[in-house]
Amino acid sequence: MTYIEFLQVHGSRMADGTVLTVVQFLLATVVAVVVAVLFGLMRLSRNPGVRGVATVYIEIFRGTSLLVQLFWIFFVLPLFGLNLDKFVAGFLAVGLNMGAYGAELVRGAIRAVPRGQWEAALALNMTDRKRMWRVILPQALVIMLPPWGNLVIEILKGTALVALISVADLMFEVRQINIATFLSVQAFGTALIVYYVLARFFVTPVMRALERFMSRKIGRA
Amino acid sequence: MTEDMSRYPLHLEGDDVPMVRFRNVTKRYGPLVVLNQLDLDVSTGEMVTIIGPSGSGKTTVLRMLMTLETIDSGVIYVDGEPLTHMERNGQLLPASSKHIRRIRSKIGMCFQHFNLFPHMTALGNCMEGLVQVLGLSRREAEERSMELLDMVGLAEKRDEHPSRLSGGQQQRVAIARALAMRPKVMLFDEVTSALDPEVISEVTNVIRRLVGAHDLTMLMVTHQMGFAKEISDRVCFFFNGAVEEQGTPTKLFENPERERTQQFLNAVLDAN
Ligand SMILES: Nc1ncnc2c1ncn2[C@@H]1O[C@H](COP(=O)(O)OP(=O)(O)OP(=O)(O)O)[C@@H](O)[C@H]1O
Ligand SMILES: [Mg+2]
Repeated sequence: MTYIEFLQVHGSRMADGTVLTVVQFLLATVVAVVVAVLFGLMRLSRNPGVRGVATVYIEIFRGTSLLVQLFWIFFVLPLFGLNLDKFVAGFLAVGLNMGAYGAELVRGAIRAVPRGQWEAALALNMTDRKRMWRVILPQALVIMLPPWGNLVIEILKGTALVALISVADLMFEVRQINIATFLSVQAFGTALIVYYVLARFFVTPVMRALERFMSRKIGRA
Repeated sequence: MTEDMSRYPLHLEGDDVPMVRFRNVTKRYGPLVVLNQLDLDVSTGEMVTIIGPSGSGKTTVLRMLMTLETIDSGVIYVDGEPLTHMERNGQLLPASSKHIRRIRSKIGMCFQHFNLFPHMTALGNCMEGLVQVLGLSRREAEERSMELLDMVGLAEKRDEHPSRLSGGQQQRVAIARALAMRPKVMLFDEVTSALDPEVISEVTNVIRRLVGAHDLTMLMVTHQMGFAKEISDRVCFFFNGAVEEQGTPTKLFENPERERTQQFLNAVLDAN
């Protein structure tokens, strides 16, 4: 069987899997961004209780394995009465985990905005909230976009784990094909290429474009 | 270390209430006493310049008035009302953030490094406080901002981001941004120190015009002795966190009484 023939037979299955991988990736990214902004801001709160909650969250999700978290969300939470569909459990686990890393990026970027910006906003008598949303976060966004570029690729790669709770993503389909045909080189080789192409020719250019767009908005380009 | 606040009036009354009054204000950073029981009044419409050696507390005075720093003891009054404190049941208590916001609206500040918002145009910088803080409509805010950009000679730069403006232009936008809020008190902290010599006059000319045209109270820290002498109603020489000597520019620059003032002025004049 040539590789072309292999693709002719199994290509559409892998294409379906790739679509699911992309959807899982996009949803996980949304979750990660929301979690990152929320917990990143909480980490900077004046209220020690709020700060503490965020610190515990970040510690737990960064300090334990994504796979274990995925299994917890899918297999253990139902024991406490919280049943999640495997599709939801998949992107949620990846998003919650990566969001913990993102929260540290958000916090670091906010703290990297020069003090003079905070002071100028205060001198204009802005409320804390407006100062954050209108003055600090837009500038923090420019600072944190390059490291987010790496994190977003981690999110893409992280979604491969959802195959282990039987979400029919690319990795899942490829493993099924491998079990059925023993064509490991072709099956996993294709997966390798697809993940690389997605990361290199879709995710990275989008993140770069976003960086350029934001730099222009800030008048730096 | 609680201070007996009952010796301070709850608010200032009378014919000559100063626009700004520091009473017995002390500021420490750890063991370092930066301001030592400072008393200082600034009258309405007055232009007061603060000079003094590096580290004498000049910037700290402005920052406390702008509420960028808290004070350790004493009271600051603005427009007759306490800024650092508020009245509750006939007593002065530390001010709530709501109280501070209300009084702070009377004060504007320009910084040594401009601190314009880099993601907004010159016009956007001026409009931001008007729309977001004062709640003006975008049209009103734009109108008022353009008046001020025009006043500082930058109407045609309205759509430029700060990164495309020279230092002198950025500082003028910063002045327009602060003035647009219509403060009663303007604070200038070494607003020409970060500028190339050839553009300093762009900024000093704007400030010069404010002295004539407005009923604006101004407090300015500067190392430009010539400018201070020319436009101030009064000059304060700071030393070790207190006013060592103050008076009209003529008196202070030409007939300083205190030895430290003389030494400082000699050193500065030698350097130039
Ligand atoms: N956040 C801070 N923490 C610790 N010390 C500080 C802080 N801010 C200021 N100081 C110290 O307080 C003293 C007064 O500082 P200030 O900035 O008011 O001086 P200045 O008169 O404006 O000096 P310069 O002419 O150099 O601007 C200095 O010794 C400074 O090191
Ligand atoms: Mg200073």
